[in-house]
Amino acid sequence: MRKPFSAQRWRQLGTGLVVPVLLLAVWQGAASLGLTNEHVLPSPWAVLQRWVAYLLPATPYSEATGSWLAWALSGELLLDASGSLYRVLLGFLIGAGLALPLGLAMGASQRVYAWLNPLAQVLRPIPPIAYIPLAILWFGLGNPPAVFLIAIGAFFPVLINTIAGVRQVDGIYLRAARNLGANQRTLFLRVMLPAAVPYILSGVRIGIGTAFIVVIVSEMIAVNNGLGFRILEAREYFWSDKIIAGMITIGMLGLAIDTGVNQLNNYLLRWHRGLEH
Amino acid sequence: MAQDHIQIDGVHKVFHGSERHVVALQDIHLDIAQGQFVCLLGPSGCGKSTLLNAIAGFSLPSSGQIRVNGRVVDAPGPERGMVFQEYALFPWMTVEKNIAFGLEIKGLPAADIASRVDALLHKLGLADFRRRFPKDLSGGMRQRVAIARVLALDSPILLMDEPFGALDALTRRNLQDELLRIWAELGKTVVFVTHSIEEAIYLADRIVVMTYRPGTIKRDLLLDLPRARDPASADFNALKRSLGLLVMEEQQRFHEQELRAAAVD
Repeated sequence: MRKPFSAQRWRQLGTGLVVPVLLLAVWQGAASLGLTNEHVLPSPWAVLQRWVAYLLPATPYSEATGSWLAWALSGELLLDASGSLYRVLLGFLIGAGLALPLGLAMGASQRVYAWLNPLAQVLRPIPPIAYIPLAILWFGLGNPPAVFLIAIGAFFPVLINTIAGVRQVDGIYLRAARNLGANQRTLFLRVMLPAAVPYILSGVRIGIGTAFIVVIVSEMIAVNNGLGFRILEAREYFWSDKIIAGMITIGMLGLAIDTGVNQLNNYLLRWHRGLEH
Repeated sequence: MAQDHIQIDGVHKVFHGSERHVVALQDIHLDIAQGQFVCLLGPSGCGKSTLLNAIAGFSLPSSGQIRVNGRVVDAPGPERGMVFQEYALFPWMTVEKNIAFGLEIKGLPAADIASRVDALLHKLGLADFRRRFPKDLSGGMRQRVAIARVLALDSPILLMDEPFGALDALTRRNLQDELLRIWAELGKTVVFVTHSIEEAIYLADRIVVMTYRPGTIKRDLLLDLPRARDPASADFNALKRSLGLLVMEEQQRFHEQELRAAAVD
């Protein structure tokens, strides 16, 4: 069990803050002294103000328009973040949902592998971004092309790791299970699959990361909300403070997703040896 | 005379390598009676594990036959429970899940599984560890779980492949005593592979000494030492000395062949 507020963790946190705080101080100092052009590099303070404005609702609260909670959550940032998150999750679920059974089949069967691996190896190096023109031709604008691109981004990491996970299953577990009377089905579901989970989960983590990169790019071309759209929009108005505020939000959302996936990993792999946490 | 339980009849096993063939087993004849505790003894590479794997059905003989209760062995099966040196516990299952796995495969009702697992946890002193994962157990504890997992199947035959080889001396003696107690209580046939002469004398009714490549039976010895055996006694040590000479001859051949192979490289 990890204690959340041990002295050691506070110290780690403090150490981690030193460099960012120094950087912010230098940046703010340079801006205050007029060394930077505010349109090119606004001060951290201006970014913070813009971030708060981005977070808060645009209009004052009025009872006529609905509940208090709906008003409090109506800020542009939250809508953008939830839009991006929705696309990431939907695209990831589609991509990983296709990659997992395919990877299991390719890992478990030499024949399926021989049929599909050459195709997978050719398609894998094509970055999802290269699919943008086709995605727009096929799906038009809006969520569908974005989700398609994200699904492609999530697909290959999960596929490759699932194949590797099934293939690396230690033969001794298979022998032990056969000795206990397991048939092929039991062998697959209760031995090969769980034994492959550490690999699959590391694929999931990479896949989510890729999905998050792709969502920002796809929002820049295909949709008109979301964090990626917002920073591109801000560029057109020369709102560099909003660009940076949007980037920081992207960073925080990415960190939150990765932390969540990591927690899930730790729970699912609590049996696994050599885990750090 | 009682029906022989395990009949090994003219078994050969050849492994085909890219450069040479290794004759792991050559013309093995061995009949093992029900309830007998047999140790297969010899240096590395003498084919004792190969023979055990053939009885288990993991790797079938190149020629010859192995019959268990008159039926030819052609696949692994739960009536020949195997305990591996590397434990081979499923690391994603808790102790109780590991023990229950074979019973779940058999399709027993949940209540029966629970009560049998419970009894085995207590028999092997694992009750306090039932919800632990294997990674949180010592080697000795892991091997207890592996033994419990095989006992759960109620197989009449226990196959053990150097099960205590990786354990420290005290844990080893502890588990040897435990195994002898279980064997005496349940009357199982045990085929136990070891390269420890002392372990073989401590445990076995019968010791089969095997030769280094090709693997053949060098000596088939029935022990008449009374149980419980005292490793410090004169009889024990006399036996240990004479068996030691036999095994060392094979160890010497193993060593020479290794040197020769190294010289070729």
